[in-house]
Amino acid sequence: MKGQDAEHGSLDSRPAREAMTGVHTGRKRKGEQPVVPDTEFTSYYGKPVLNGPVWKSPDVPGYLFLGGVAGASSVLGAGAHATGRNRLAVAAKTGAFGAVTVSLGALIHDLGRPARFLNMLRVFKPTSPMNMGSWLLTAYGPCAGAAALSAVTGRLPRIGALATAGAALTGPAVAAYTAALVSDTAVPAWHDGHRELPYVFTGSAAVGAGGLGLLAAPDREAGPARNLALFGTVLELAAFRRMERRLGMVAEPYRAGKPGGMVRAGEALAVAGVAGATLGRRSRVARALSGAGLLAASALSKWGIFDAGKVSAEDPKYTIVPQRERLRERERGGDGWPAGNGAR
Amino acid sequence: MTTARTPVDPAGDSGYADHPPRMGFFTDTTVCIGCKACEVACKEWNAVPEDGLDLTGMSYDNTVGLGADTWRHVAFIEQRKPIGRQDPGLHHDQDVLTMAEHGTATQPPEAGMTPTTPGAGDDFRWLMASDVCKHCTHAACLDVCPTGSLFRTEFGTVVVQEDICNGCGYCIPACPYGVIDQRKDDGRAWKCTLCYDRLGDGLEPACAKACPTDSIQFGPLDELRERAGRRVEQLHEAGVPEARLYGADPDDGVGGDGAFFLLLDEPEVYGFPPDPVVTTRDLPAMWRHVASAAATLAAGAVAAFLGARKGR
Ligand code: SF4
Ligand code: SF4
Repeated sequence: MKGQDAEHGSLDSRPAREAMTGVHTGRKRKGEQPVVPDTEFTSYYGKPVLNGPVWKSPDVPGYLFLGGVAGASSVLGAGAHATGRNRLAVAAKTGAFGAVTVSLGALIHDLGRPARFLNMLRVFKPTSPMNMGSWLLTAYGPCAGAAALSAVTGRLPRIGALATAGAALTGPAVAAYTAALVSDTAVPAWHDGHRELPYVFTGSAAVGAGGLGLLAAPDREAGPARNLALFGTVLELAAFRRMERRLGMVAEPYRAGKPGGMVRAGEALAVAGVAGATLGRRSRVARALSGAGLLAASALSKWGIFDAGKVSAEDPKYTIVPQRERLRERERGGDGWPAGNGAR
Repeated sequence: MTTARTPVDPAGDSGYADHPPRMGFFTDTTVCIGCKACEVACKEWNAVPEDGLDLTGMSYDNTVGLGADTWRHVAFIEQRKPIGRQDPGLHHDQDVLTMAEHGTATQPPEAGMTPTTPGAGDDFRWLMASDVCKHCTHAACLDVCPTGSLFRTEFGTVVVQEDICNGCGYCIPACPYGVIDQRKDDGRAWKCTLCYDRLGDGLEPACAKACPTDSIQFGPLDELRERAGRRVEQLHEAGVPEARLYGADPDDGVGGDGAFFLLLDEPEVYGFPPDPVVTTRDLPAMWRHVASAAATLAAGAVAAFLGARKGR
């Protein structure tokens, strides 16, 4: 037996003849360290209950990021337009159009059958955030395009103003609906966060749009962009804290591992960006650096949230433990629908 | 919108004025022998492509789970639990290698096991269960599909139209059971159709037809639920108190499954979610929060301008 084991080195680590049926060998995937001690739960060979998202990186997190920046930039552009801050207006409007164009490309690229993209508009279906989003982008995209074109060329100012208003009205919805897009799945970290994620997403969008404005605007026009970034940072951080407190163990992926690192880095960069833009408001370099930092902050938090969702779908713990808890609660006589899942 | 938690008639709700009764599966796992005839019959009938041959070490399960190319999946669970009144036929006190050394000419008195020796009665049971798409009453996959590719048939089942699916992948993480998935080289989403083509011709689905023990039973859902209720009672009387139905309750989080199961342990042991909820149940709340978050962003932007002095 000894000799045999030596020949098949790997056999040493296996339980072989002494193996007990129905007992897990306890091999853990490398590099995985639970944040809190594992909660007791049963699963089928540790396999995920869900089939996780097949959405690709950078397509979809890039879309979440750029769609947000576009939507919030349209609002910033309209405000700048109305208050005569022309350079900020041009920058925000072209930025919005550029961002929505790239994000649309990313969306189409992510499809398994890109040529069938237009099938999205076959139906009008409020139960599908992706369908509603497609209609929303159909309204928003041309507005953002016309607003940018008119701002850059200076032609057709009336139509430009109308398009600017249209983009500003639909922009916030473009920035916010993506939260429903990810929440309307069985992915625990996304679904259970459905109450706060819309605010996290619009906050992050404001951070990104503020950053874009700071990058492009001259000193005397940068105020609103800086304020928007400050507002976004406060909104995002506050909503995120609330969400984490409410979700309990399901929020773990937002704090742990690589996704958690991205979320944290995004938050730190947002705070640093706002501080830099405020303290160095007279310095062109400080403004540009802060602007770039804020854009990166927005991207990082969207990427982190995207990846954290995938982690929560891959580990059966996040599916099974809260559901088990809910069943137990119902057996105890409560209504068994915890905060995360009440229809409120 | 499928958010109500009351039993409904899914085909009627989808606009079929005059439709056949809702059809479904009752999978009685207590009689499953793990032969995988259902897996094979499904692959053959539906021309589901081969998806690799892996030896997983997960008992006899080498298909691992449902996906684009596995529409029936037989789960195998080995447990240190008694198996009702049956004898598992294990001989843990025997060293088979020593017996082998002894040669074939062992005298019956010294033989460790003969076909007539009673077993040691060790606690061991082997659970097998053939999993499939649940054809939910409130189907998240169908709700979220942005193209209308997923639709409700007149039999109350849920089917993908492969000529419409654009592979957006939304249905995949929406399913609370991990059923539907994307076929990589094809890009589209695939899952069990409850043999829609066969149903239309008055035939039963291929898996149910092939199942040699009638572990997979096909029929009108009402009848199946009644029969399943009786079977659970019978098992309880026979001393199997752990027998329970899964997915048969029209008041559960998905409004009841069109394909439900009789299990001998907690659902998660078989890889099922213990308390699945259709994600769109919370969609009205999601839309409300989206609207208010959008308004918050707009208000914040206005404040950003009001707070900025002219020329700053
Ligand atoms: S089990 Fe999943 S794939 Fe099947 S109908 Fe329900 S949600 Fe759709
Ligand atoms: S992948 Fe196909 S079936 Fe699934 S939601 Fe998208 S369009 Fe519908």
